[in-house]
Amino acid sequence: MTIALETKNLEKQFGGLRVTRDLSLRIEQGARHALIGPNGAGKTTVINQLTGVLKPNSGRILLEGQDITDLPVHRRVLRGLSRTFQINQLYPDLTPLETIGLAVSERLGHGGDWWRRMGTRNDVNDEIAELLARFHLLDVMNEQTVTLPYGKQRLLEIAVAIAAKPRVLLLDEPAAGVPESERHDILAVVGALPRDVTVLLIEHDMDLVFSFADRISVLVSGALLTEGPPEQVARDPQVKAVYLGEEAVNV
Amino acid sequence: MSASSDVGYHAQRHARWHYGEVAFWLIVLACGFAFPNRYLIMTDILRLALFTMSLDLILGYAGIVSLGHAAFFGVGAYAAGLLALHGIVTEPVLALVVAGLAAMVLGFATSFLVIRGVDLTRLMVTLGIALLLEALAERFSNITGGTDGLQGIEMQPIFGVIPFDMFGKAGFFYSLAVLFLLFLFARRVVHSPFGLSLRAIKNNPLRAAAIGIPVNRRLIAIYTLAAFYAGIAGALFTQTTAIASLDVFAFERSADLMLVLVIGGTGYLYGGLIGAVVFRMLQELFSTITPQYWQFWIGLVLVVIVLVGRQRLHRWVLYVPNLVIKQLAGRKAVVAVPESDA
Repeated sequence: MTIALETKNLEKQFGGLRVTRDLSLRIEQGARHALIGPNGAGKTTVINQLTGVLKPNSGRILLEGQDITDLPVHRRVLRGLSRTFQINQLYPDLTPLETIGLAVSERLGHGGDWWRRMGTRNDVNDEIAELLARFHLLDVMNEQTVTLPYGKQRLLEIAVAIAAKPRVLLLDEPAAGVPESERHDILAVVGALPRDVTVLLIEHDMDLVFSFADRISVLVSGALLTEGPPEQVARDPQVKAVYLGEEAVNV
Repeated sequence: MSASSDVGYHAQRHARWHYGEVAFWLIVLACGFAFPNRYLIMTDILRLALFTMSLDLILGYAGIVSLGHAAFFGVGAYAAGLLALHGIVTEPVLALVVAGLAAMVLGFATSFLVIRGVDLTRLMVTLGIALLLEALAERFSNITGGTDGLQGIEMQPIFGVIPFDMFGKAGFFYSLAVLFLLFLFARRVVHSPFGLSLRAIKNNPLRAAAIGIPVNRRLIAIYTLAAFYAGIAGALFTQTTAIASLDVFAFERSADLMLVLVIGGTGYLYGGLIGAVVFRMLQELFSTITPQYWQFWIGLVLVVIVLVGRQRLHRWVLYVPNLVIKQLAGRKAVVAVPESDA
């Protein structure tokens, strides 16, 4: 079995606070892997280290067997590791068309073109059109992002990550803050991701986790508590005690 | 595929020329014939416009604040002065390019300091570099002429055929041609994927990196290009006034530049041009009314602009021309748009 993404003894401290403790994760190729844990468990810190926003104090990160620990953020993206953010990180002044256009251009190596006009490459235009359609953004493609309803922004957030054609995709609470009426679109899009894309999902919503993931890692205080298939994790008394409190989980 | 061609069409929306833009340049050109005894002030406005466009490239597009943009203006100015004075490069256009390149080299070298850190750091670093150069120019007075500046510069004819005349007519059209060419170039660049990526970086550097944009490389590139533009503006200053003195590096020059750009609006290239016109006109107007206190009124205008909001002001100012243009050219034509839409 190929390992798509792996961490080896990852360690991160903020001052005296150990927010990631000796974390070793292995995420298999094509997996639907969920990383769960109570608030403050350090989930987003892990994502930030995986993507290169934060540098770990020690430990290594391997993408498809290659050490990427010291690569800057944008080089990891070009190697096929892409993410969404828990809180939308979009370009308020740009339109969905421009936002996705940029991501596609960068991936195809046209991002540095300074002479050719945006919109004159048919291969780029085709992809933009396809992504806009897939994420229900065609009707708003010329609106400024800041003016879009939250659900649309959330879709754009995911669309941008997909535009990078990742082989490993990190989803940081994709449905966070999305009103009930628009959740369906998000879940459908996440569910329809091609199987060859490996997905690491960070999520609070247990319904989403248990319907989506085929493997779950539980993070508590920065350390790995347990890992296994959903049924096993749901039954784990430790997990119930630490994370789910008294509430029972229906699988 | 219709959706795809639709995307292509809309992606080039801003890159296409609007009627208003053509009208703008025609009016500028017409000014050259309409006011034959105002060449000096108009040339001054053109230089300022080019200089401001340079700041717009880094501030308006890439979000790099600078309080020391005069550093590049000054290097361009002295380079052009020295080239002419010592007869190294006598043909003005060639000298202009060489002077611009000198500023560009400095821009590239200092860009590494500037891209580090946040806005406040950048303000301090850019300010520091300009002060440093001013001090150096003063110290090495055997080269720069010190506080007296470079004197006795004599400009050769442009391309060896068009001499600079005492009314400044040649200087005006020369400056206008340079401004227009560099504007065309900048316009092309900002509508490219590269230009769009600068706006993305300004909007959200975190996300920009997360889609694979090499943020630092892009910032270095635009900062270097902006330095070239500022250097050209400085060289034009020397070539059209035949002087280069220490005040080309002055802090006031960098600070005024910020005012001009704020007045004109950032991030749509015309802001620098409009700002330069408005700023100089206001300066003229206020200094005629109150020679001593004109800066007070400029300050007041600035406060009003910031409080009311440029976008609203633009909409008011553009309301009537837009109405006219729409009557003449149909609904889709726009004479000019507020900065955020451009």
